[in-house]
Amino acid sequence: MSRETTGTAVTATSSPEQRSPKIAVDLRAVEMRFELPGGGTTVALQDIDLRIGAGEFVSIIGPSGCGKSTLLRIVGDLIRPTSGTVEVNGKGAHQARLDRDYGMVFQAPVLFDWRTVAANVRLPLEILGLDQRERERRVAEMLELVELSGFLNHYPYQLSGGMQQRVAIARALSLQPALLLMDEPFGALDEMTRERLNAEVLRIWRQTGTTVIFVTHSIPEAVFLSTRVAVMSPRPGRIIDVVEVDLPQPRNESTRESERYFELVTDVRESLRGRRQRASNERLKTEGPAG
Amino acid sequence: MSAAVPTVPHSGTLGAGLVVRAWARRYLPPAVVALAGVVLWELLTAGPGRRVIPAPSAIVVAAIQDYGLLGRSAQATFTEAFGGLVIGTVGGVAVAFASARWVTARNVLLPVAIGSSAIPIIAVAPILNNWFGVLNPVSKMMMAALLVFFPVLINVTRGLVEVSPSALELMRSYASNEVHVLRKVRVPNMLPFFFTALKVATTLSFIGALVGEYFGGTSEVLGRVVLQSMSSGSFPLAWAGILLGAMGAIVGYVAVSFIERLAIPWHAAIRLDEA
Amino acid sequence: MTVDRTRRKRFLGIAAFLAAFAVVWEGVKWVAGDPWRLTGIGYEHHPPFRIIQFSDRHLPHLWDIAAAFVKPFQRNADYSLGRYLLDQALYTWQEAIIGFVAGAIIGIILASVFVHSGILERAFVPYVVASQTIPIVALAPLIVVSFGSGLTSVVIIATYLTFFPVTIAVMRGLRSPDPRAVELMRSFAASRWDIYRKVRLPASVPYLFSALKIAAAASVVGTIIGEGPGGVPHGLGRAILTFNQQYITGPEKLWATILVAASVGIAFFVLVRVAEVLTMRRRGIALP
Repeated sequence: MSRETTGTAVTATSSPEQRSPKIAVDLRAVEMRFELPGGGTTVALQDIDLRIGAGEFVSIIGPSGCGKSTLLRIVGDLIRPTSGTVEVNGKGAHQARLDRDYGMVFQAPVLFDWRTVAANVRLPLEILGLDQRERERRVAEMLELVELSGFLNHYPYQLSGGMQQRVAIARALSLQPALLLMDEPFGALDEMTRERLNAEVLRIWRQTGTTVIFVTHSIPEAVFLSTRVAVMSPRPGRIIDVVEVDLPQPRNESTRESERYFELVTDVRESLRGRRQRASNERLKTEGPAG
Repeated sequence: MSAAVPTVPHSGTLGAGLVVRAWARRYLPPAVVALAGVVLWELLTAGPGRRVIPAPSAIVVAAIQDYGLLGRSAQATFTEAFGGLVIGTVGGVAVAFASARWVTARNVLLPVAIGSSAIPIIAVAPILNNWFGVLNPVSKMMMAALLVFFPVLINVTRGLVEVSPSALELMRSYASNEVHVLRKVRVPNMLPFFFTALKVATTLSFIGALVGEYFGGTSEVLGRVVLQSMSSGSFPLAWAGILLGAMGAIVGYVAVSFIERLAIPWHAAIRLDEA
Repeated sequence: MTVDRTRRKRFLGIAAFLAAFAVVWEGVKWVAGDPWRLTGIGYEHHPPFRIIQFSDRHLPHLWDIAAAFVKPFQRNADYSLGRYLLDQALYTWQEAIIGFVAGAIIGIILASVFVHSGILERAFVPYVVASQTIPIVALAPLIVVSFGSGLTSVVIIATYLTFFPVTIAVMRGLRSPDPRAVELMRSFAASRWDIYRKVRLPASVPYLFSALKIAAAASVVGTIIGEGPGGVPHGLGRAILTFNQQYITGPEKLWATILVAASVGIAFFVLVRVAEVLTMRRRGIALP
């Protein structure tokens, strides 16, 4: 049923317009409390400290309800944390949103039924106010990047779930953001499509050099995609471990079969089960990628 | 979002048979019923003598005999219905935008509009005839407009307000303002609702015009033609008038459906998917 | 919010609406109506503008309308307008209800037949759907004349107006159950009749009630139009025609009739709603 085109090598002709500082995202002592309808509060996130360097691919993994989606939305200034500071590209998160420094991909594609694929990708560019020629250029470029150039004038209902998500990714990248936030984007897809899209995301990441924060509850996915995996505890969510993923790039199917991959998957799994207690808390506060 | 629909490649000779069969399956039974119905009607009512429910042939004859009167009356009534449709729709859309913008207005207007659907609004037809002049087509237009106003208001407001929260969150991530959201999300979202209301409204506009005429009007409008020929016993003409009015409503409905297909092609396809 | 508080809130909402309605009514007369001369309390007022539709003749004061209820319904008549309108309202109510119930029953039966027979559905349902675009209400006078100006014809109108929306809604409702629930029943070797009774029919109840609310209003409208222009000598439709003729001397009576007609519509709606709540409650579904 899928009508996806076979992959062709595409090189990105543009690079992020902003010169991103070395630290892309800086979270310090972030805490999030929600008021309960019956009264009282619940703590969703507690004492979150995380520094993400430019160009990294960081996954956030944790059990359901641990607050990872909330955390992502805090980075995107869609929710204000109760306390703590959030800096994106050296500015406050709010300013980063107003400057449109990031693109976001949600679990559902959230495409507009009434717009063609091209028009959907164009949406943020219209809001940004770019002129028509620039808009069309970027749309074409982004659709080439996600390998959907032949579907410019299709409507979302004509595409499969995986294709719709690729359109959503193209849309998120059309602003050429320095930061890409992804909230379990492939959760609703079947395993095979998911693995294929994982490879696509990595390819796009390599070509564009965007920093990526990727929320997931799939351990294999987190390890395969990331340079680091931040493991969260159940509610109240804290970052209990950060696993360095030192698998070589570029990663492909054979990576998934390597011994090191399985070791790392096991490490993450053990962390999730709370069995890997790190000796010192310093490990939680990382200063960026090792290399 | 719906999954992909594998489009069937254009049928060759083998496929053509399938298409014809599907077409026949869909259209033949109702066509047979229509034909049988008309024939049965004719058989039961044909023959001399004045009948309250005349034979179809008698109706056609009466229509041809009085085609001038019927034609002028139809034109007058169709104008009233159309005028009322336009006024009611414009009013409904305007107030809907206002109630989408201001929550307090919405909390007042929407329950009123929904509650009005329980009331026989048509009962104010004689009042409107008195207000605007019983011989003035505007009085019938006002009746039609009043009937049209409420469904349009309810549906357009719903369409503007009932937008998925994810879409709104997406727009916020682009730091867009209310105008962006209105133009790019709410208005397109509202269009299917609008056309649904418009289809109902075409029928209502004819009801408003005809019933307004029943309570009084010039003698060359369909409603008066129907009543007058009824009281003078020329039932074929009365039926001709009524059928003409019904046809006007159907034509209006079809026209709106057609415009809907052009304006929101994506929506019809989705509905077909879900059928 | 507890049920009591919701009920109180709704009651207050209605009261507030009625108050606002009265204020708007008299308000427009205050701004653009005829001069006010309330000799009883010695109040005089000259409105700054003049819109003819808001004159005393076209938009009587609410208290004049209220007063008309207790005056005789015509010169030298024995009983008051209020009593007369109540009689007519009951007459209209009767016709509408009988037609409504008949239409609902027919609609449910037809829907059940159509859901189980593909060919019948394909043959007849297009007409059911198409009929919704026809201004059937406008056919009312013709039907009255065709079937005689008695109870029968108006009941026929109400039946006709009810069974169309009910058929379509109940069809949708009968088809609404999860196919897996139906599959489960069939795995128990349940017959089609069992499935119909135990799964489809209960599932169609919410759809039925939403159609009934529409049909209730349509029945009342159809009944009134059938009575009025259709020439039935009783009912609110007749009253509207009568008082329309007396408009010059007493527009309040026409307005009073319209208010009574509106009340009948609302009463009908409330009746359906109560039936809905009772039915749903028995099934253990809480309603807002």
